[in-house]
Amino acid sequence: MGKRVGMEVSIAAAEAVKQANVDVISAYPITPQTHIVEHLSELVANGEFDAEFFCVESEHSALSVCVGAAATGARTFTCTSSQGLALMSEITYIASGLRLPILMIISNRTLSAPLSIWNDHSDAMSIRDCGWIQFFVENGQEVYDHVFVGYRLGEDRNVLIPVIINMDGFILSHVIEPFELIEQEKIDQFLPPYQPLHQLHPDHPVTMGAFALPSIFAETKKAQEEAIRSSIPKILETWKAFGDMTGRYYHPIETYKAEDADTLLVTMGCFGETASVAVDKMREGGKSVGLVKIRLWRPFPFDAFKQAVVKAKQLVVIDRAISVGACGPVAAEVKAALYGKDQRPLIYNFVAGISGRDVTPSDFIKMVDKAEIEIEEGNKEGYEIYGVRG
Amino acid sequence: MTENLNVFAVRTLTQKEYFAPGHRSCQGCAEALAVRLVAKALGRNVIIANATGCMEIVSSPLPFTSWRVPWFHVAFENTAAVASGIESALKVLMRKGRIPHKKIVTLAMAGDGGTADIGLQALSGALERGHNFVYICTDNEAYMNTGIQRSSSTPFGASTTTSPAGKVQMGQITWKKNMPAIAAAHNIPYVATACPSYPIDLVQKVKKAADIEGPAYVHILSVCPTGWRSAPELSIKLGRLAVETGVFPLYEVERGQYRLNIDFPKLKPFKDYIKLQGRFRHLTDGMIEEIEKRVHQEYEQLKEKAKKGV
Amino acid sequence: MTKPESEWTWKELPVGNVILEPGNASQYRTGDWKTLKPVLNKELCIHCGLCYIFCPDMAYSLSAEGYFIADLYYCKGCGICAKECPTGAISMVLEEEEK
Repeated sequence: MGKRVGMEVSIAAAEAVKQANVDVISAYPITPQTHIVEHLSELVANGEFDAEFFCVESEHSALSVCVGAAATGARTFTCTSSQGLALMSEITYIASGLRLPILMIISNRTLSAPLSIWNDHSDAMSIRDCGWIQFFVENGQEVYDHVFVGYRLGEDRNVLIPVIINMDGFILSHVIEPFELIEQEKIDQFLPPYQPLHQLHPDHPVTMGAFALPSIFAETKKAQEEAIRSSIPKILETWKAFGDMTGRYYHPIETYKAEDADTLLVTMGCFGETASVAVDKMREGGKSVGLVKIRLWRPFPFDAFKQAVVKAKQLVVIDRAISVGACGPVAAEVKAALYGKDQRPLIYNFVAGISGRDVTPSDFIKMVDKAEIEIEEGNKEGYEIYGVRG
Repeated sequence: MTENLNVFAVRTLTQKEYFAPGHRSCQGCAEALAVRLVAKALGRNVIIANATGCMEIVSSPLPFTSWRVPWFHVAFENTAAVASGIESALKVLMRKGRIPHKKIVTLAMAGDGGTADIGLQALSGALERGHNFVYICTDNEAYMNTGIQRSSSTPFGASTTTSPAGKVQMGQITWKKNMPAIAAAHNIPYVATACPSYPIDLVQKVKKAADIEGPAYVHILSVCPTGWRSAPELSIKLGRLAVETGVFPLYEVERGQYRLNIDFPKLKPFKDYIKLQGRFRHLTDGMIEEIEKRVHQEYEQLKEKAKKGV
Repeated sequence: MTKPESEWTWKELPVGNVILEPGNASQYRTGDWKTLKPVLNKELCIHCGLCYIFCPDMAYSLSAEGYFIADLYYCKGCGICAKECPTGAISMVLEEEEK
């Protein structure tokens, strides 16, 4: 059993980066990620953490530094939110195309305009297609844990894909939560030093980042697509190894009282914990309702998801972002996952909690009630932004 | 012609080629020559971060590479940032004992677009942070790889596809951005200008830049026959004329002290330089006179700085 | 020998599309591009090496005899060597069509 402490989630995340023996950290400050970089710079300045840490002149450069360092064989880390993520988005696609293991924590925050520092998933959704492995976590412990999971997974020779941990900004980043810290010896065993497959070094000169003509490009993308799809067994394996070490087992899709439920809430991120309180309340009232939580966003766990909702009659999918002009992105994914099935639940899509607006258990109850009424009245294409005045 | 024994100095350079033939640059490309000489200057123990641009494209069409040293292309505007990453990784990996201690030069190479325009921010950041690396800008004075569009490094009056010589505007309407001065303003230990028409000078400067602790910036004029509309065989002569007319003086700035490498008792007429280039053929005599005046003015200012620096 | 890009299968690609063989571009015949080729008049040559150092395509190398000889496999016929030769020992001559 590790040490159990109360700590701000951002601080715990920084501690995890230190415990993971990261080599190069490069970041640019942006609310609500700042506490992570501030604590990291303190650790380095006090000599508690031997790493090359520097605040660069933009997020685009922050990720570019990580790319250069990872290609040279270093374990790297960066973190950002919102506009910063949007600025470095060009490089996210490049990092995954180059198959460089980098870990990035995104303290999820709304994308401008209007400018807002508060939490939603629009930033994560803007790089949905970037090719990284993407996790959404629900609480502080999960942030801390996934730093180690992320490095071991990303650096695995059969994976070599960069990893994102999405944690809801402010709601997670700035709150004090209970943590069970892991002993350093256990982490060192779980996470050996990074051994790159290809490395920039004069002893074995390689060329990285060549350009590709149309006649070969499709093959490069097929190789990349196959790599991320076939990483799912490795993800499960890494989670199992982590669970064996700590007793905390993670899964791509997690359920709460969902086995026999007619109605299932589908959430991602810290909505999950609030929704589970709502589920308990609704069940007390006799409703047949449960919760499905998506932890692995990319590669999307189609099989696990289909399995989790196999008995449900309707799904109430709660998005925390809008694909403006279309729908909620998670709902779109869910619909795509289920389209091929002969028996499909009906789906109602809410977008809630935009830019940090609080979503309480009673909000979830209201959403489920509304969805059920709408579906009963024949509305099979339900999509609305919850709680908008006017 | 044979009175000048300096021609034989070429034989003192290493015969090893770290930039392989078979690259796809145009005929007579002085940028490829610049890169070849830089590679000779630095040898095996180098890691190169290269921007998107002519040299990147001609040297790395998957699955072929012209590079015999480690080489990395990421994007257009972040070369200095990628180099910062490489440099710090080497530092920390050697410190932690994961790779053996060895002198490995980190080189960032980019064109004028990737340096003076889109890459300026990353360059400024890397220079300010003081990474131990060499930044080389190979300047062919436009976005040549995408079809000869103007950059802030395009000289005044030059015709490019986005600053064409038209009826109302006659080519580039702004003066060439002074990148070496911008680099020097960051108070870095070494800044230099070079030209492949002076190969020994170029190689010596690149070696000096590599030996210096801290950031070093070398700005290399790269004649581009395709973009400058000049005959391919004139690329070396044009580079020489750029220096001899004062358009591209060869100088160094070492810890703030300016030093002019070649001073001419009388600069050659500007006309001699531009008459061999189609990109200037629309210039009126009046414009030529104006440009020459300013070139001479800036040359004098440079000489003043150098005088103070001695 | 590296095969051309149009023949690679996706499984053959190294991870991250890294190119593992340094300088393998040297199997590409840029010499096909030229119209003019350099011809050396050995009597005028002073072995200075300017043709060699100014060639953007690294086409020149030192022969056992001590002359710098252009490898026509790479030479693009730009004419820099002829222009820069201090004794005029190199002339650019129209390359005959291969019959």
